[in-house]
Amino acid sequence: MKEIVIISGKGGTGKTSITASFAVLGGKNVVVADCDVDAADMHLLMQPDFAQPEDFYSGELAVIDQDKCTQCGECADVCRFSAIPVIDGQYIVDALSCEGCGYCARICPTEAITNVELMVGKWYTSTVKTGGTMVHAKLGVGADNSGKLVAKVKNEAKKISSNTNKDYIIVDGSPGIGCPVVSSISGANFVVLVTEPSVSGLHDLKRVYQLVKKFKIKAGCIINKSDINKEVSKEIEKFLEKEDIVHISSLPYDETFTEAMTEGKTIVEYEKSKLYNSIVESWKKVQLIANK
Amino acid sequence: MNIAIASGKGGTGKTTISTNLAALFAEKQKVILSDLDVEEPNSGLFIEAELVHEENKFKMIPEWVEDKCTLCGICQDVCNFHAVIQLGTKIMIFPELCHSCYACSELCPTEALPMMQKKMGVLKHFDSGNLSFIESRLDVGEEQAVPLIAQTIEYVREKFTDNIIKIYDAPPGTSCPVIEATKDADFVILVTEPTPFGLHDLKLAVETMRELKKEFAVIVNRDGIGNDDVLEYCNTETIPVIAKIPNDRRIAELYSSGKLIYNQHIEVRKQLESIKDYILDLNQSSVK
Repeated sequence: MKEIVIISGKGGTGKTSITASFAVLGGKNVVVADCDVDAADMHLLMQPDFAQPEDFYSGELAVIDQDKCTQCGECADVCRFSAIPVIDGQYIVDALSCEGCGYCARICPTEAITNVELMVGKWYTSTVKTGGTMVHAKLGVGADNSGKLVAKVKNEAKKISSNTNKDYIIVDGSPGIGCPVVSSISGANFVVLVTEPSVSGLHDLKRVYQLVKKFKIKAGCIINKSDINKEVSKEIEKFLEKEDIVHISSLPYDETFTEAMTEGKTIVEYEKSKLYNSIVESWKKVQLIANK
Repeated sequence: MNIAIASGKGGTGKTTISTNLAALFAEKQKVILSDLDVEEPNSGLFIEAELVHEENKFKMIPEWVEDKCTLCGICQDVCNFHAVIQLGTKIMIFPELCHSCYACSELCPTEALPMMQKKMGVLKHFDSGNLSFIESRLDVGEEQAVPLIAQTIEYVREKFTDNIIKIYDAPPGTSCPVIEATKDADFVILVTEPTPFGLHDLKLAVETMRELKKEFAVIVNRDGIGNDDVLEYCNTETIPVIAKIPNDRRIAELYSSGKLIYNQHIEVRKQLESIKDYILDLNQSSVK
């Protein structure tokens, strides 16, 4: 079983559309994990049945029992997150600022504060339109995306994959370089970087690759919308060569990319798409390298 | 006046709007642009300005002083993030898990865990005429964007008076970094594209803004692709759509080479002007 993670640094480069295409090509032989739990979109293309929803608890929130509170203010004094303001003469916890460290609860002289576990989202094991399995999640609004839900989704996908002897886990990661990205790439066999030839695309590719390097994972790159800027495209190619990143493919700018999405289809299911062959070739290449 | 430019989905054009809008404002008045997408800051690629100030930004983490430690185990007990672990006769600290709550440090009976600075990123301040640009970038390998975002906003607030228009380029998503970047804003502009992904993530962003009790409006970027579902949704939810930036390959090409488009594309300029007017109106009514 090989774990392939698709990330991009920059958002909107076509990461999810490409990942979903790979998932369709892989069919029943892959387990898909949508680890972009913050703005999960892959379900719009894969049509999962949301068959098994489960609550996900992570982190804590301080709750003050006003009957026990003597208004001594010690909790607000120790709180480094300014999460306990005084409103109408009462010490109140601001849920969006509270980090759940529990310091206030420990020092409250009248034990008026308890820490409660927070339900931060739901995760699902679904059957998708290809008959394959997808593990995905929905993070609650404004919840702390510490990477724990990402880890949960990935670990469940791993379990299912090894229990059912699948060849691949395909993971759709989130943009950025922070906790959720770190969680999604740790333990991967191969990282696919999806970029675009813009100064921002290249800038973000370089930063996210620094992170991939720290994990010593083999990487490949797909340059999407490659003809938008040939100069920057060349610069990206140079960067890939210098860093020994496999140049998987360059996909020209194609409006069918969005048209397919609008019909809820992946690019490889959209007859009008000129990119079909390139994506099939890319998937073959990815499998070859992941198995090396 | 603090305006945050946000979006659920990445790559919808937050940076394009932020930088071009700031440049447009700067033609006539003082304006501040601050890049809060500290994980992948891009605004700076479009701004030519002179570096006037640079400072390292730190978070506080405990450091173990072995000589003072009695191995009582309190630090490990009080840490809710498993960032302090006692292994045999050693205390291990995991800085990337630490939330700087100070509990271990202040509850240690022998002061064996003083808080020390750890660098997490760099803040830079650039000036060019009417425009001041402040960006922070997180060091690669640092996982928490929130403390750096908070410190960047603090810098902007301390440096500039309230009446100046301040535009904040927020990170994508709907979780903690976005909350931090938008929670103190006077108004939030959500940038989306008229596609199923755009709509889905816009709904999440709208839910988030409602949770935060923020006033907000929508800009549709790449107008002409996809379908009308985003406009219908905004209509049903009575969310103002204050601009529609057309889908045009030339815009993508200019953007790709790091160029601003506000003075290169008539329709874009018109749309930006209407965003600017909208903001100025808001500013007027907030002064009243």
